Amino acid sequence: MKRSRIPLLTTLALLLFFYVPIIVLVIDSFNGSRFAGTWGGFSVKWYAKLLQEREIWQAVRNSMVVAVAATFCSTVIGTCAAFALHSFDTRLQRVHNMLIYTPLVVPEILMGISLLLLFIGLKIPLGLFTVFLAHVTFCISYVAMVVLARLQDFDFTLVEAAQDLGASNWICLRRIVLPLLAPGILAGALLAFTLSLDDFVITFFVAGPGATTLPVLVYSMIKHGATPVINALSTLLLAVTFAVVVIAQRLAQEKHT
Amino acid sequence: MNDFLEFKNVSKRFGTVQAVDNVSFSVKRGEFFSLLGPSGCGKTTLLRLMAGFEQPDNGSILLDGQDITQIPPNQRAVNTVFQNYALFPHLTVRENIAFGLRVARRPRQEIDAAVTEMLKLIQMEDKADQRPNQISGGQKQRVAIVRALINRPRVLLLDEPLAALDLKLRQRMLLELDLIHDQVGITFLYVTHDQGEAMSLSDRIAVMQGGKIEQIGIPAEVYEAPKTSFVASFIGDTNFVDGTVTALPMPNYCRVRVEGLGEILCYNDKQKAVGDRVNLSLRPEKFHVTLEQPQEDARLNVLRGKVENIIYAGNHTRFWVHIGERRIATYHQHRRYHLDEKPIRWEDEVWVWWDADSGYMLDDYAPLLEERGITPPPETIHSANGKEQRI
Repeated sequence: MKRSRIPLLTTLALLLFFYVPIIVLVIDSFNGSRFAGTWGGFSVKWYAKLLQEREIWQAVRNSMVVAVAATFCSTVIGTCAAFALHSFDTRLQRVHNMLIYTPLVVPEILMGISLLLLFIGLKIPLGLFTVFLAHVTFCISYVAMVVLARLQDFDFTLVEAAQDLGASNWICLRRIVLPLLAPGILAGALLAFTLSLDDFVITFFVAGPGATTLPVLVYSMIKHGATPVINALSTLLLAVTFAVVVIAQRLAQEKHT
Repeated sequence: MNDFLEFKNVSKRFGTVQAVDNVSFSVKRGEFFSLLGPSGCGKTTLLRLMAGFEQPDNGSILLDGQDITQIPPNQRAVNTVFQNYALFPHLTVRENIAFGLRVARRPRQEIDAAVTEMLKLIQMEDKADQRPNQISGGQKQRVAIVRALINRPRVLLLDEPLAALDLKLRQRMLLELDLIHDQVGITFLYVTHDQGEAMSLSDRIAVMQGGKIEQIGIPAEVYEAPKTSFVASFIGDTNFVDGTVTALPMPNYCRVRVEGLGEILCYNDKQKAVGDRVNLSLRPEKFHVTLEQPQEDARLNVLRGKVENIIYAGNHTRFWVHIGERRIATYHQHRRYHLDEKPIRWEDEVWVWWDADSGYMLDDYAPLLEERGITPPPETIHSANGKEQRI
């Protein structure tokens, strides 16, 4: 029997649609010519040039500092929030849940403006600190949602079993609850990290002078005409992201077996 | 020696549900004590109160004379085997068993020795480094038991530990549990809804219903001398017969007129007087069903009936016999069986007879069972006059 080719073709079309732009970008980063249209031979000169771009490395540093700090804080607060939402059953529960959801659905531009107004109102000078605060604000929601989903499947008789065997609350948390929730918490943290790393809209509003993060810098560079250096930078970022995803999946699999 | 573990007037309410209602009982040292009852009777709540997961609203729990009511679960010298085992999925079998000792910060050699000994006890040395999801249900069960035993608890609490196993495995684990209890000599508090488990394992059983204990006794006591109609119907099958005392023909015996059945003789241990109402539990296996008339005996009840239903089951036959307006369920063990013997068939007129000592007077009145909101198990044969009969 002849099988239909439609599923195969659809899959191929979809994959092309997703990945052609990225492939083009990667190839272009090795293009010796300054212009994307013409092939000027294989070259790593854009990578060499990238190394000398101090402005870019400053932005990378800013982005990393913010992302790491925001991920850490939002993971801790978000996990605690998930625990609180899961274990307390009050009449305010719906309101609490809604408040956690809200940052996920509010348009980013609105978040950006409101945070800007808040910081100005409180007379907090705009800079890396405000970017960090803004990122923590929206990352908490994502972490809390991911961890909450894990908690809903969590078997709390395990906690009772540990207490029954003499474990204090602290040991119970460290030896039983956290190890079992680690994949969920890690997934939340990774999500927070990537969201923080590539956030543009909110950052654009609350970043002061000298606090330029990578997405904001790339945007301003593109405005002045695209340079192949950005292709090189993007390719590097892509490689790092890919590595992180692979490692995360490995970790998740190990937990399951 | 007596009253090692004591519950004194313990009550616990969840919202509008009175889960445990002023319960008092005591367990002896080394005893295998079962809490038996249908789901929702409060048996699991009692166990959780004992483990410390719940706090009683009233009353106190004493262990070896010491009030442990306020002690948190991680400081009580009791350990629990959970219904779903609650093994830690991220730890190996060895680490699961060692958990209690590691938390107690025992020296490494001591932990290793104890764990090895426990693994040997349950014959699972070869599975020591596997995770809980790599071993079978019966093995999980055994790991859960020794994990709870390793801290040498003063009382081991078991919450329906066999409920999740299939029949064959359940029967094997039943024997193993009994063996473990004999070996370790720890007091066991066992919660179950399965009368078979409770009867075969326990030194004593407390039958529970609606947050209260209906009766405490050794297995034979709760079976042969049930206090209430609930106990009589929950443990085994029975026929309820109710009537009025008409005469006291000899010491310790009374004649009871049962509407729709006739006059029967009954052992009168409750010292009933003429005119009193009585409610009897007559177990099916106490009856004889024969085609020939039995020899006269002053203490024998002999009635005439018609066979309505027969279920042959190899080692025994069940007869349902219509007598007057009642239906009596009987159980005949085939101690000898001759193929050439004339068998009893449907619609046969038979003699139904039993010893007057075999019936047992209950403290309450059977038809009240349903008024109290208790549905008897479907196996119960309710022969109260004019009522729907269940088989």
